[in-house]
Amino acid sequence: METFTYYPGCTLRTQAKDLDRYARSSAEALGISLEEPSDWQCCGGAYTTAKDEIATKLSAVRTLNSAKENGRPLITVCSACHNVIKQTNYDISNDEEMASKVNNYLKLDEPYNGETTVYHYLELLRDVIGFDNLSQKVVNPFKGKKIAAYYGCLLLRPSKALAMDDPENPVIMEDFIKAIGGTPVIYAQRNECCGGYITLEDKAQAAKRSSAVMQSAKDQGADMIITACPLCLYNLKKNSGSDLPVYYFTELLAEALGVKEESNE
Amino acid sequence: MNNNLKEQVLRSSGVNVLKCMRCGKCSGTCPSYDEMEYHPHQFVYMVEKGDIDTLMNSKSIYKCLTCFACVDRCPRNVEPAKVVEAVRLAAVRQQGNNHMNPNQIPDMLDDDMPQQAIVTAFRKYIK
Ligand code: SF4
Ligand code: SF4
Ligand code: SF4
Ligand code: SF4
Repeated sequence: METFTYYPGCTLRTQAKDLDRYARSSAEALGISLEEPSDWQCCGGAYTTAKDEIATKLSAVRTLNSAKENGRPLITVCSACHNVIKQTNYDISNDEEMASKVNNYLKLDEPYNGETTVYHYLELLRDVIGFDNLSQKVVNPFKGKKIAAYYGCLLLRPSKALAMDDPENPVIMEDFIKAIGGTPVIYAQRNECCGGYITLEDKAQAAKRSSAVMQSAKDQGADMIITACPLCLYNLKKNSGSDLPVYYFTELLAEALGVKEESNE
Repeated sequence: MNNNLKEQVLRSSGVNVLKCMRCGKCSGTCPSYDEMEYHPHQFVYMVEKGDIDTLMNSKSIYKCLTCFACVDRCPRNVEPAKVVEAVRLAAVRQQGNNHMNPNQIPDMLDDDMPQQAIVTAFRKYIK
């Protein structure tokens, strides 16, 4: 069994327990062991791009450094955590001034300079397990189901830091859908924003964005939509006014692998 | 024209505003276009001109969703979202200028609201 460091993030501990629970049981079924560091802190939800912001970057660096100390790659699953951690890792690798400020602050035994490899759970499936391999382990294929992948913003952009896929023509989630036996639906809004945190103070704008996403998927004949982001799920479900079902990709994965029921124990 | 503020925004964002060719592609792709009084390409231009106060006093700084569409789709790699963030930070760092009061937050919540939305708002709106 191959072991990875796993960062669930605070939302997966509370509102998005499903995203976490199905990720864990599926990993086990795929022969991957996820080890959670005992001392992680919330990464803050959004990366502060400003060069004169250091304190807001520290918690992500601590997480990256604890994976480095364990000598294992870091796995994320929430799109927001992934985005913060990847952008932090990119900047600390490429911006010497930022790296030296952060390291002066943290005073680690050995400075952290971007050594940790970070995989989003989808990348774990693609790059470590392999989609072909995954498809052979599927016991309940989503045969005949038209599934629309919703990337939103944070999985893909900024693409030079995230480097997951082509930001305008991504395939990773569609390949995942094929691996679990479903039929991917391509639609124009799959990598446009759902409104994100604006839902806190401007429901009308969140409704406008999220309904555009849902309508676009529905127009292409989708039976359901999948996401990796708790806030996308919230916006698409609560602010769009659409009845198209929305699921975490990990829930479909657990179902395909036949471990969904035991995940709920 | 405020040179100190301009210097601060340029340093904080790390953006070279002179690279912009004013094609407007960033604004065309911005999901908050209709809600903004000043659009991403105008942020870039107004920072170049040193007209920072106008931007700091505009609600537009709280309308950016940090979707990074303008960053990825700018043909000149200007990264306008970083300019928007630097201006917003200059505004919320001023004493008493938080955009949100933590006491307001409970009223904005419902049973399904993910923590992610709240911590993001804290990071964006409060210093
Ligand atoms: S990004 Fe969001 S969910 Fe992830 S740890 Fe940070 S706040 Fe929590
Ligand atoms: S789509 Fe929405 S919640 Fe998802 S990443 Fe973009 S803004 Fe965030
Ligand atoms: S897309 Fe880039 S070059 Fe075009 S107006 Fe916006 S910042 Fe300037
Ligand atoms: S990052 Fe902000 S300014 Fe840029 S396109 Fe998105 S919402 Fe608009």
